[in-house]
Amino acid sequence: MKKLINAVDDFVRESLEGVQRAHGDLVDVNYDPFVVFRVDAPVQGKVGVISGGGSGHEPMHGGFVGRGMLDAACPGEVFTSPTPDQMEWATRKVDGGAGVLHIVKNYSGDIMNFEMAADLGRDGGIQVESVVIDDDVAVKDSLYTQGRRGVGGTVLAEKIVGAKAEEGADLAAVAELCRDVNRNVRSMGLALTSCTVPAAGSPTFELGDDEVEIGIGIHGEPGRERIKLEGADQLTDRLARPVIEDLGLNSGDRVLLFVNSMGGTPLAELYVVYRHVAQLLDEGGVQVARHLVGPYITSLEMQGCSVTILRLDDEKTRLWDAPVLTPALRWGV
Amino acid sequence: MFSGAQAVAWVREVASVIEEQAPYLTKLDAAIGDGDHGTNMARGFRAVLQRLDGLEADDFGSVFRAVSMALIGKVGGASGPLYGSFYLGMAKELGDADEVDDTRLAAALRAGYDSVVARGKAQLEDKTMLDAWHPALEALDAALAEGKELGAALDEAARAAEAGMKATIPMVARKGRASYLGERSRDHQDPGATSTHLILEALAKVVNEGSRRTT
Repeated sequence: MKKLINAVDDFVRESLEGVQRAHGDLVDVNYDPFVVFRVDAPVQGKVGVISGGGSGHEPMHGGFVGRGMLDAACPGEVFTSPTPDQMEWATRKVDGGAGVLHIVKNYSGDIMNFEMAADLGRDGGIQVESVVIDDDVAVKDSLYTQGRRGVGGTVLAEKIVGAKAEEGADLAAVAELCRDVNRNVRSMGLALTSCTVPAAGSPTFELGDDEVEIGIGIHGEPGRERIKLEGADQLTDRLARPVIEDLGLNSGDRVLLFVNSMGGTPLAELYVVYRHVAQLLDEGGVQVARHLVGPYITSLEMQGCSVTILRLDDEKTRLWDAPVLTPALRWGV
Repeated sequence: MFSGAQAVAWVREVASVIEEQAPYLTKLDAAIGDGDHGTNMARGFRAVLQRLDGLEADDFGSVFRAVSMALIGKVGGASGPLYGSFYLGMAKELGDADEVDDTRLAAALRAGYDSVVARGKAQLEDKTMLDAWHPALEALDAALAEGKELGAALDEAARAAEAGMKATIPMVARKGRASYLGERSRDHQDPGATSTHLILEALAKVVNEGSRRTT
């Protein structure tokens, strides 16, 4: 394992210390328990929006804390869900009297820890609503599995829902919008290489030099199949077609196309992928009205990418364009 | 009989075994999960030891509640809430008692198990820790009903947990991260069932060592 770390046990804390020093104008960090929160939290009268998940996916979620997006983020250990005390602390910190929305990715650990935190928050007299994001089409949604994982759609949900909260919408409206985003977004990813969790010290899974894992999860969970390396367009087809099909896109639809790096894939390759998804959408008469390209929900140093498509309407488009001022996304300000 | 002091000894034994077996648990988890079960459990039980060091009372409620809070706060993942719920269930069942008879201990383990079921909402044969807990508690109840000593009954429970753990190998996971693998989760032993076996084996060991010392 070759990484820029000091001691394994200090990794998450030291990374947060860096976030605090770099972005102290936007966010502050609490260290016991770990919470990244807006410097101006709580914003009186505004619905608080928090999320959280394992570390190792940066900039998600801490990089999305700030005006127009999240009020707080709870980083767990690497690839490990955060604990209820973190979410409880964050919930109290950001409650401006209008309640708090928890945006939770669909993993058994995240669900259980957020549920315990929501119980604790409600015991403390705070209105809490939770919305689970499950946009990964690589996983079969059935009674016999945990259901689809929450992946790239989470980034888009946090931006759009955060803008809605910033406008002063109430908790029920903010939560309903979040569910609506989740209904209209799908993703799928692939891995060219594995990644190494610092505490484990060796790669999470083995992948041959000529192999690709299609349908990879953001923690290195295996996906649909393992295949021999192909050209970028063929690989892109394997991601984009199931997404387009599952979303049921029709000619005339407008979408946001998000091509994401798993951490180790350079922007130049992402644009090769973006180009081909855009071609596929063009062929289907679908208009790419907005886009996002870059590393926003990563898996440490893994090489690979994911494709996320969100069906837009006027409100979601307007909220996507609304001002945002966070360490990782900023425009309109 | 089972005492608060034995409860503390049990938890310390679990902490030591988990520390020793952490790489093995992590390896099992890497095959079908996300490769952190051992490190998470070891971190959690280190926090448990710290809490126990600062604990003055040794009634079951205080001990198990401290264990639960440390696990919930430090383990993360699914195992934190699940094992945290287990010990919280035991704490609630036993309250401020500091010594209970064998059937009360069995009932408390059952209450802990029920808390795990309520939190995780898994079913038997989903390839989870329940597949080790359930046969173990059944074996414990049966052995006690036959009039066996607690130590012998817990040995049977630990053996049943081991069999349950091994029975997860051919199962297809339907809960947790391993469920994403579908058929590919076959032929791997569930890490949660494995740590559950270690926890029950530690309990049997502590009770049997205690009874050997007193006799």
